[in-house]
Amino acid sequence: MNPSNEWPLWEVFVRAKAGLDHKHCGSLHAPDAQAAVQLARDVYTRRQEGTSVWVVRSNQIVASDPGDKAMLFDPMEDKVYRHPTFYVLPLAVDHL
Amino acid sequence: MTASIALTLTADLRYLLRIADTGLVHAQRLAEWCGHAPVLEEDIALANLGLDLLGQARALLAHAAKLEGSGHDEDALAFLRDERDYFNFTLVELPLRRGGADFADTQLRCLFVAAWLLPLWQGLGTSRDRDLAAIAGKAAKETRYHLAHAADWVVRLGDGSDESMRRMRAALARAWPYGAELFDDDEVDAAAAESGLGPRASALREPWLQTLRPVFADAQLTMPAASAFTSRGKRGVHSEHMGPLLAEMQSLQRAFPGGVW
Repeated sequence: MNPSNEWPLWEVFVRAKAGLDHKHCGSLHAPDAQAAVQLARDVYTRRQEGTSVWVVRSNQIVASDPGDKAMLFDPMEDKVYRHPTFYVLPLAVDHL
Repeated sequence: MTASIALTLTADLRYLLRIADTGLVHAQRLAEWCGHAPVLEEDIALANLGLDLLGQARALLAHAAKLEGSGHDEDALAFLRDERDYFNFTLVELPLRRGGADFADTQLRCLFVAAWLLPLWQGLGTSRDRDLAAIAGKAAKETRYHLAHAADWVVRLGDGSDESMRRMRAALARAWPYGAELFDDDEVDAAAAESGLGPRASALREPWLQTLRPVFADAQLTMPAASAFTSRGKRGVHSEHMGPLLAEMQSLQRAFPGGVW
C-alpha cells in the first residue's frame, strides 16, 4: 500500500473508570475522528479496560526533541529540594 | 464422525432457533474475515461483532436446549444438527468473502441484521419467557453498537468514492431480495405473538425500514422495490452455500466429540 493512501494515525487515551485520568494506551489508523473513536473502542477496550476514550491526531501532538533531553531534563537530577519531603505534616492531613 | 442429533421441535423452539441460528451463522461468516479485513483495526472490530453475536447465540441455544429437554447442550445444538434443522435466514449464510461479495456486502449485512435485531430485542424484553427477556436486555446494548458501526460504514462507502459507491450499490442489489424473509410470517410467528413469547416477523418490518431510511439517504442509496422472491432459510430450506458453511463450522465438534477449550 502506498503510505500516502493510508488513513491518518491517531493516539488513543483510555479512562479506566470515572474519576481517573485518561491514559495513553496506543495508536491506530482511522479515516476520521468518528471512526477513530469507534475503532479505539474495538481495539483498546475489548477487555473492559475503559469507560471513556479520547483520540487525537498524532500529528497534532507537539513533542520535545529527544536530542534536547540532556538540556531539558538532566538538570533536575540534583534539585532534591523541589520534592516536598522536608515538611512535617500535621497528623490531621497525614493521608493527604 | 459424530452422528447428528434430532430435536423435538415445538413452535416455541423454532422461534428461538430462528434467532439463535441467524446470530450463529452470521457470526460464522464474520469470523471468516479474521486476518483478512482491509485494515487491522476493522479486522478486530469485525471479530468483536462476530463474538458478540456468537455470545447471544450461545445464550439462546443453551436456553433452547433446556426447553427442548432431551439433555442436549448448547454445543450439540450449535454443531450437531443437520442442515434442515437450522432455521437462520438465508441472508446470513450467503458468502461474504467469495462469490462476488466484498467488504460492502459485509457492512450492509451487519446493518440489515442489527436493524432487525434491535426492535426484536426490544419486543422480547416483555416476553412471557423471563430468561429470553433477560437475554434480550443484555443483547440490545451490543446490537446498538453494531448498528452504529455498520451504519457508519454503509454511509462512508455509499457516499464515498466512485468505486466504493459502485460496490455498495452492487451489495444492496445482491442483499435486498433476501431481506423479505426477515418479515415473512408463518404459524410459528403467529403462535409466538399470540402466546406472548415475542413479536411476529412482520411487526419488525416498519421499525427496520425506519432505521434504514436515514442511513440510505446519507449513503445515497435508493430503497429497492419489494422483492417477489422470498427465501426460506427460517423454514429450514437453505441455499447451496449452507452445506459448505456447516461442514467448516461443525468439523471440530464432529471430529473431536465433546471437545472443549
